[in-house]
Amino acid sequence: MSKSILVIGGGFSGITAALEAAEVGHEVYLVEKRPFLGGRVMQLNKYFPKLCPPSCGLEIQFQRIKKNPNVKVFTLAEVTSVSGSAGNYEVAVRIKPRYTAPRSCDLSELAAKLAANVKNEFEFGLSSRKPLYLDAPFAYPGRYVLELEHVSEEEKKLLSKSPFINLKDEEKTITLNVGSIIIATGWKPYDVTNLTNLGAGQIANCISNMQMERLASPFGPTNGKIVRPSDGAPPKKVAFVQCAGSRDENHLPYCSYICCMASIKQATYVREQYPDAEVTIFYIDLRTPGRYKKFADKVLADEKIKTIKGKVAKVEEDIATSDVWVTAEDAISGNKITEKYDLVVLATGMQPSLAGESVPFDVQVDEEGFVFDSQDKGIFVAGCAAEPLDVMKSAQSGTAAAMKAIQTVRGR
Amino acid sequence: MAEKIGIYIDKATFDPYLDVDQLVEKIKNRWGDATPVIKVFPLVASDEARKEIQKDLDSGAIDGVSIVGPSPREDTEYFDFGPKVVVDRVNLREQGIMAYKNPDGSLLKPGDETPQLLWDMVMDYINMSVIKLQKSAAPEGEAIESVKRVLVLGGGWTGIHAALAVAEAGYEAVLVEKESELGGYAAKMLKSFPINPPYTQAEDTKIEEKIQAVKNNKKIKVYVGTQLEKLSGQPGQYTAYLKTAKGEEEVEVGAVVVATGWKPIEPKYLEPLGYGSLKNIVTNVEFEEMAKKGEIKRPSDGGVPKNVLFVLGASDLYEDIAKQEEEEKKKKLEEAEAKSEESSEEETIEVKFEPIKTYRHLDYTSEVTSLTALKQAGYVREMIEDSIAYIIYEHMVTPGVYELYYKSAQDDPGIMLTKGKVTSFYAGSNENVVVRIEDNLLGETIEIEADLVVVPTGFVPTTALEPVINLEYRQGPAFPDLDLFDGYADSNYICFPYETRRTGIYAAGPVRQPMTLARSASDAYGAALKAIQCIESVNRGVAVHPRSGDLSYPKFNFVRCTQCKRCTEECPFGALDDDEKGTPKPNIARCRRCGTCMGACPERVISFDNYSVGQIGSMITSIKVPDNMEKEGPRIVILACENDAYPALDMAAKRGRRWSPYVRIIPVRCLGSVNTIWIADAMSKGNDGCLLLGCKYGEDYQCHFMKGSELCNRRMQNIGETLDRLGVELERVRQEQVAIDDYDRIPEIIDSFVEDIIKLGPNPFKGY
Repeated sequence: MSKSILVIGGGFSGITAALEAAEVGHEVYLVEKRPFLGGRVMQLNKYFPKLCPPSCGLEIQFQRIKKNPNVKVFTLAEVTSVSGSAGNYEVAVRIKPRYTAPRSCDLSELAAKLAANVKNEFEFGLSSRKPLYLDAPFAYPGRYVLELEHVSEEEKKLLSKSPFINLKDEEKTITLNVGSIIIATGWKPYDVTNLTNLGAGQIANCISNMQMERLASPFGPTNGKIVRPSDGAPPKKVAFVQCAGSRDENHLPYCSYICCMASIKQATYVREQYPDAEVTIFYIDLRTPGRYKKFADKVLADEKIKTIKGKVAKVEEDIATSDVWVTAEDAISGNKITEKYDLVVLATGMQPSLAGESVPFDVQVDEEGFVFDSQDKGIFVAGCAAEPLDVMKSAQSGTAAAMKAIQTVRGR
Repeated sequence: MAEKIGIYIDKATFDPYLDVDQLVEKIKNRWGDATPVIKVFPLVASDEARKEIQKDLDSGAIDGVSIVGPSPREDTEYFDFGPKVVVDRVNLREQGIMAYKNPDGSLLKPGDETPQLLWDMVMDYINMSVIKLQKSAAPEGEAIESVKRVLVLGGGWTGIHAALAVAEAGYEAVLVEKESELGGYAAKMLKSFPINPPYTQAEDTKIEEKIQAVKNNKKIKVYVGTQLEKLSGQPGQYTAYLKTAKGEEEVEVGAVVVATGWKPIEPKYLEPLGYGSLKNIVTNVEFEEMAKKGEIKRPSDGGVPKNVLFVLGASDLYEDIAKQEEEEKKKKLEEAEAKSEESSEEETIEVKFEPIKTYRHLDYTSEVTSLTALKQAGYVREMIEDSIAYIIYEHMVTPGVYELYYKSAQDDPGIMLTKGKVTSFYAGSNENVVVRIEDNLLGETIEIEADLVVVPTGFVPTTALEPVINLEYRQGPAFPDLDLFDGYADSNYICFPYETRRTGIYAAGPVRQPMTLARSASDAYGAALKAIQCIESVNRGVAVHPRSGDLSYPKFNFVRCTQCKRCTEECPFGALDDDEKGTPKPNIARCRRCGTCMGACPERVISFDNYSVGQIGSMITSIKVPDNMEKEGPRIVILACENDAYPALDMAAKRGRRWSPYVRIIPVRCLGSVNTIWIADAMSKGNDGCLLLGCKYGEDYQCHFMKGSELCNRRMQNIGETLDRLGVELERVRQEQVAIDDYDRIPEIIDSFVEDIIKLGPNPFKGY
């Protein structure tokens, strides 16, 4: 029997669940697949509606982790098997090698000597990076990670000379005994290559909303300057295409919750950087639930931000200029619109990370890949693994999941 | 207080720019016996170093640890030697070597002689660390024996879930409901829109089962027909004064969940929708009551309506109200400003409760009203034969999984969903209601004559209408700053949804935000967790969020107190009450350890074991200020918020940004803790300027202690007089609002401040 809690996924929901349980007094294991914690929130430039930086909340969360011995973090770690029942699970966790010295040595000079040959997934392919890296200047753990598969033999020789690199580091598997499990595996952006009518990711100046976050981020590939990927030019005319994949039987049947607010927020990024720029948002419904309406009204009062009710039918590249043609029907006037934009942002939907993945234990997963609480098994779900949510509701849901887990392990 | 300080140096930080052996000599010369152990490690964050430090502690050779190398934000957990050992980190990697540039902008080069300015900087920081440790004791915390019982206010859906959550976690719950029965609005509903997957059908709320579960649970004590008259005390030890039908009762509780829900918006806000002027226009609440009774009838004649129209979109009809409210708000602001100018010094501590009423509550409820219209259209179809339900919407706000419910409604041919704006209502034949709709998908204005029209209701949070928590706090009975959230008892922080400005009191459900039943149930669980977490933290003598686990707390030396009340007024959390004379009465369990009281006190009455006016003051005065500014440069003290500005400086350095070597950066808990004495200390020792880096304040404030940066700014405005008396120019002190992602901007802020100071010339105090 165990009073410990396992949290799978080190994004905002998982971090919150882990900390909230730990601060009640429980031992918590936080297992993250990637080399760093923070998940999708790490990639966001600002939050709506306060337009404050997510790294501010992450800093507090990381401080809470650093100061709480009840939380044990494993990165590059994946749950491979789970056996047992509520109150007594045996969990195998596979931990990949990191190849760097424990703790936060500054390996920036060493990294600078390596070729930048890895497509940067953190930047959604907008840049490439070194195989020895930190995701962000506030990454936690602040410990570099080396991807050996991207290192040449020559570079290996150079690396082997550093006392802070261990090329012999090996994969290992550990076993954890826990009483309850929280699944906080989060979401991934819907794969744009499926959206054939919207360019399928092949049009340089038609980017996804998450790519927009990276372009606007001060530590992103352009240090925060919003420019066209094709030529680095500042965009004067920007269109946002809502429901790119969401609310669509052929793609995601549900609404992804955040995209309307995200586009309204991103419209402020554009307008702040380019006082002359014009923004058009093509939408089906503008979903600005709760007090978000206040923010939406404030932003949309800007005369240079236009909203058009109408689903975009087609996005095409203008070969000569790399501009982007958008075809839509204005549902109110009934007119067909064909307009050229410098930059088009697809408000790409949210898909659960577990969509199409096999889960190594028995929980109820729906067709879309969302997971549900299994009270009798002591397995609970937090954040976007259960349904599309914004950050505040993810944190809320993580806190609730922690409560349920505590109820399971209490008195055992 | 540490007396024998061990200094452990990270060679990797300094190589190849500064010779650590020379550094060791310099420290020995400066501190002698005060630092009996000075050791150098290739990498201080290593097992070898840790073992050595532990050995030195165990042998009694040292009683305080100073780690010279990486930022304190790195490997924090690694340098934890238990609660009895004070540890300080000297940040000479990020904010020293990595950030260093010569005054001419040139960089350090391997092999070059170490610049004197770098030596001065390194020694200043190490000296400050030694002093800090000498003036720090390991905090012991003040544990408060907590009552392991949670008061849940409100016996509706959310409160019931909260009480059950508390009880299932092994704590006692006291559930207080104003009405004579549990259940709230949920019990008055026929059905709810979907609560569970697959989210396609309206569901029975099964609230009777939940009510029964509450009644059967031995850990839950239910009070119906009961009001909370007063809540006094502090987390862990609150006394709730209840007024029941039988009389008065006192209950001891450790923490509180506020689940008092919502009230329908006042009818006057529904007048633009024809409500009140036409008989056959009802609200969705009234409609639900009829449906629950099984009698959907027209108020005019009791007839069964065959076609029912639900209105969701009529924004044009609210333009007048919107304008009017805007003007009222402006007027109020102007009045408040005029008032504060009149009495800039004197502030009343107690905030008077004023109800918050606005048509916006209707807007904010869009998700629930959209879902309710879909659900009630379903009632019409199920309960009335050959009926048609129209839903007129501007935006169908069914976010997330509720799209699936919207879609299933679209499958019913008897539910006509039409996008459009309702622009007027008028009486048709037989007291029917004619609804005019523009901007619809048909491209022309249409009119629909309905037997019955249903208009939405706004969720007005109970906290907008009355104080609800009725605190016996010196700062007043209600949550402060509710106007920022239009009356909802919400958090200001996206990352921390349960943050309130009253420790131990957590809101859940529609009183926090308009939300669905499913979300409210989940919210209840979260708030219940925060309540028990607070009880446990108080019991261990540690702070709750954001300084969770902090054992230190403010200690008051009342001998010097002049009863000026500043601490009582300024505490963002209302932690201080006072007696008749005005002597503050601290309530440690309400405190979040930000130090705002310490910053407010002109008499140095308040200090923490490991953070005090004297400590930081001594650190500041230890900075070596050269006599000749022109030759050796100015010295500038930077007090940086440790939550945002300080990490941003680390990140700036990591991103290759550098800043003037003339500044000395001291992290503070919050700018709210900055005492003006420190500014005077800095100036009287000849420092040429003082820069305060804190968070954004105002409406969308980012300060984690709510008011810290704002209060500091106000104090700095008031410091003018003092500086004037000293003969020091005002421009020497500046506060900047920065965010944690301003890492590319902060070095520029620093450099331009340094330039301004150089232009201003030396501090007249220099050399005295």
